[in-house]
Amino acid sequence: MHDMTAHGESKGTYLYVWGALLLLTAVEVVLAYEQVLAPLHMLMVLLILSVVKAGLITMYFMHLKSELPRMRWLLTVSVMACFALMWIFFFKDAQRVVDLGVK
Amino acid sequence: MATVQHVVHDTQGSYEPSLFGTYSKKIGMWLFLASDSLTFGALLFAFSYGKISNPAWPTPFGKESIANATVMTACLLSSSLTMVLAVMAATRGDRSWTRNWLLATMFFGAAFTVLHAMEWTKLLGKNMTPSGNPWSAVPLFGGTFFTLTGMHMLHVTIGVIYLGVIALRKKFLPVLLALWLVGWLVTPASSVFHLGIHVLLVGAVISAIVLFLKPKDYDANDVEVSGLYWHFVDLVWMFIFPLVYLMSTKI
Repeated sequence: MHDMTAHGESKGTYLYVWGALLLLTAVEVVLAYEQVLAPLHMLMVLLILSVVKAGLITMYFMHLKSELPRMRWLLTVSVMACFALMWIFFFKDAQRVVDLGVK
Repeated sequence: MATVQHVVHDTQGSYEPSLFGTYSKKIGMWLFLASDSLTFGALLFAFSYGKISNPAWPTPFGKESIANATVMTACLLSSSLTMVLAVMAATRGDRSWTRNWLLATMFFGAAFTVLHAMEWTKLLGKNMTPSGNPWSAVPLFGGTFFTLTGMHMLHVTIGVIYLGVIALRKKFLPVLLALWLVGWLVTPASSVFHLGIHVLLVGAVISAIVLFLKPKDYDANDVEVSGLYWHFVDLVWMFIFPLVYLMSTKI
């Protein structure tokens, strides 16, 4: 019989999640060593991998998956909305500085 | 003269059920983590803005630095596994394994901090400071790097102290004070960590105030809430590692 938590996860699930996180980290390091992607593409790929890792940590290790849907959605949407605003303003502006040729 | 009327409520069934269906301490920690994620988000965006808008942004992290940061990442990921196993043990009422897994988590957290401190010492030795660096004329690099990673290092240190209090309660205080004293004596006076180690002393004072003014036996809920904090520290590093280290490699 599997050892289950109050959140319905087994020890095996946690080990799989840990393995997946280590594997994704290894992929990131290999990408950095090989340098096959242009910086902007590299940034996008690394960010996607980081969001996947953050999702695994919050859903499984922090048990957000087993909280009520209203708590899960309220936390996720509010934080992501703030990051989306930062993204829209900051990155566009940072690129604009480069395009204008400001030294 | 106005009279104050004291109303005694019947506590049985007089409160509404929790909107989120869980206990207040956990909701409080989640709200704190949501606000803290914006602090780290702002620092990460500040670093990334600097990198994108400055073509001369330095790329000082060679193979050795990346290998070191990868081991640090593995330490934090492993600490998250041991933390979740501590929560599991606490839920089934196994106090002995709860303490063991918490101590393992603290070990990985301490290892991360020591490795990070060594990395900082190397960079400082190459004359990289918060206001300048030897690789380019972009002073923002040092400023944003040290603020971001320093803030994270502080969070990890606070996390280790938090877990120590949960795992060992008052027995943790002499351990913390011994670590502070040894750290202070071992680090050279010229090192930034000779001053930084006093965080442990401040932590010991605050922990003592909490432990003596409100002594309690920490239960499974306390372990779970401390776990939320610890996993968050791990989660933040999952963004710092690629955005700061892997995007600034020199291989």
